[in-house]
Amino acid sequence: MATFGNLSDRLADTFRNLRTKGKLSPADVDGTVREIRRALLDADVALDVVKDFTGKVRERALGDEVNKALNPAQQVVQIVNEELIAILGGEARRINFAKKPPTIIMLAGLQGAGKTTLAGKLAKWLAKDNHTPLLVAADLQRPNAVQQLQVVGSQAGVAVYAPEPGNGVGNPVKVARDSIKWAVDKQYDVVIVDTAGRLGVDADMMKQAADIRKAVQPDEVLFVIDAMIGQDAVATAKAFQEGVDFTGVVLTKLDGDARGGAALSVASVTGRPIIFASTGESLDDFEPFYPDRMASRILDLGDILTLIEQAQGAFDEEEAAKVAEKFRTDTFTLEDFLGQMQQLRGAGSIKKMIGMLPGMGAMKEQLNNFDEREIVRTEAIIQSMTKAERQNPKLLNGSRRVRIARGSGMTVTDVNQLVQRFEQAAKMMKTVARGGVPQIPGMGPVPGAGFGGGRGKQLPPKKKGSKSGNPAKRAVENAAIASGEKLPAGGAAASAGASGSKGSGFGLGGSNGRPEGAPSEQELESLQKFLRR
Amino acid sequence: MFAKRLIDQETWDDLETALITGDFGIDVTDEIVADLRAKVARYNTTDPKDLQRMLREALEERFSKLDSTLKLSERPAVVLVVGVNGVGKTTTIGKFAKFLRNYDRSVVIGAADTFRAAAVEQVATWAERAGAQIVRPQQEGQDPASVAFQTVDFAKRNGIEIVIIDTAGRLQTKGGLMDELTKIRRVVEKQAPVSEVLLVLDATTGQNGLAQAEAFIEHAGVTGLVLTKLDGSAKAGFVLAVQEKTGIPIKLIGQGEGINDLTGFTPHVFVQNLIG
Repeated sequence: MATFGNLSDRLADTFRNLRTKGKLSPADVDGTVREIRRALLDADVALDVVKDFTGKVRERALGDEVNKALNPAQQVVQIVNEELIAILGGEARRINFAKKPPTIIMLAGLQGAGKTTLAGKLAKWLAKDNHTPLLVAADLQRPNAVQQLQVVGSQAGVAVYAPEPGNGVGNPVKVARDSIKWAVDKQYDVVIVDTAGRLGVDADMMKQAADIRKAVQPDEVLFVIDAMIGQDAVATAKAFQEGVDFTGVVLTKLDGDARGGAALSVASVTGRPIIFASTGESLDDFEPFYPDRMASRILDLGDILTLIEQAQGAFDEEEAAKVAEKFRTDTFTLEDFLGQMQQLRGAGSIKKMIGMLPGMGAMKEQLNNFDEREIVRTEAIIQSMTKAERQNPKLLNGSRRVRIARGSGMTVTDVNQLVQRFEQAAKMMKTVARGGVPQIPGMGPVPGAGFGGGRGKQLPPKKKGSKSGNPAKRAVENAAIASGEKLPAGGAAASAGASGSKGSGFGLGGSNGRPEGAPSEQELESLQKFLRR
Repeated sequence: MFAKRLIDQETWDDLETALITGDFGIDVTDEIVADLRAKVARYNTTDPKDLQRMLREALEERFSKLDSTLKLSERPAVVLVVGVNGVGKTTTIGKFAKFLRNYDRSVVIGAADTFRAAAVEQVATWAERAGAQIVRPQQEGQDPASVAFQTVDFAKRNGIEIVIIDTAGRLQTKGGLMDELTKIRRVVEKQAPVSEVLLVLDATTGQNGLAQAEAFIEHAGVTGLVLTKLDGSAKAGFVLAVQEKTGIPIKLIGQGEGINDLTGFTPHVFVQNLIG
């Protein structure tokens, strides 16, 4: 689908002007839903399914559920993803084996869906699990389908029951019926019946399939469908459901670049689970179906979903509340700072994370200037301190600082700056946490989320308080921050200021390698600002 | 949809639904709907019958922009048949051979699908039904390019007019297999120019059809499209986008498993089936 942009990019466009809004307005949601609709249609999801689906997404996006770690676009994407997985089935179902062998599996589908190849794959897969499968050649229609099954059977190392030569000769219903007796006699414990490909509109052939089903009483009827199929998936799936009432679905040719929207259509229209995915021409290219993987494939959302998971992992709300409590009680130590920083780093490379965000193209240059190693350096300095020093920075006299600098491979100046910044910030945070307004000289525009490489000389640590001119409102907003609650996006965006302002996004050093000991909640907030963009 | 008395919003919604479910793709659908809205406004009509006629004309015009005749004037005329797995290449070859035999042309089929189990036997059965000759690989898993070479060589020595080469199905994302196609073409061209490279597309395919066409055009130099399985419920609207974006015309239509179920492409008939 190289010609169509992916959904992440499109959503980024839709949300570019949404930066300052916290909650989604109906108009915003409509715009997004339109994009999702297009994306789903491009992925060949059936129109009716798309309509249902977008309706549900719209409802949920306008509802109250707001995940604070995510920006509006991501919230929608997450809702979409959850709904997709819900339709595709929570987890992969396995084959139901008969209590009394043999287990009978019948394959049905359109011509060229890949039934015969799949029969071989399934047999090989079952043989690996110590089953003794028998392949039954009940496709007597297509020229040399019987021979093909025999070759596939010998490649898979399993037995093939092929009493009729095929090519239009023989009765498939009789072959199927006889095969069961044969399997019981020879003690095969799984029988896989390969049938001829047939169109859903071909009444005679559908009747024949139904007759085969009646004759063998299968435990599973698998509907084999090509992942590349378009809108016709619904008509075909319905026809097969009426004709042979399949119990599960197998999606083939998933190694191509089709998005496979058919999976969603079939699962949604028939309510039958997708059990297997076939991913190549070798007999081993066969695996259980994973709904979550399929969901991201349909929407082409791989990156953004990973990001959402990472962001959610990193922003542990409880943790944030704990930090706020520490600020208030003046027990926030360098150790907590380190912990916070490591948590942040646990989210993976920050640069990579930001790169994954939609609409970050404009930030590329600043991103390149941001030196991720700053975090590593700050970490090194703190880790070179003793436990006592981390808990009480006042212990740090000259000789301790020299030791720490040597231990971390930094200079004493670096250590001094870290400690100074940490103290300044901790003091400020304490004030804020108690509801006061910190006295910071030169409090200009609040530094934003930009990754300014060349920031000014002595820019003070960032103020996290409210900018509101109304004292009452300010107090309320500050209290909200203090209690560890994240600001709604509106507030955060306001305090983020213009993206062009030259601030250090993570409270970490600029180009001169000067680590800034700002408290880590600030960092979390900063990163959040990115996520809210 | 067109049975109502007046064109209203519902008519437009139904039209959009019909086009999307016909696999035209959302972009083409939007284009067509916008175009028809403009026309309806210009001619100031409210009659759904007019809309239907305009739709038919618009589609026919778009479908008939390209010349859909097969060029088989070389002797031998070499036809390479390519496509993804399971679209009906082998069946198409059988039907095409019969189609040519009906015009009393001598035909040889090269069984260059040496990969899939029993593919050679399958095409041999079709060759027999069509009354065409066949060149089989001399050993299992032989290089398909060499089978193609031998087939053309056989045709030249025996004065056979038309050579059809079957190739293994391959997904367009498999770089190595796509290069193999390029090689087959290169090797054949050492002996005779390739007259036609036919890409077989399954009518049930959705929007992936375009990606398929683009990849096969790049690697095999496709000159015409064959649309198969049109006897099913799929409308295959995606071929419009394929034809327009790639400039490659549809040349043949397959409509069943019988040996005579292959016809040339006629925009008028095709559109008739599409919109009724």
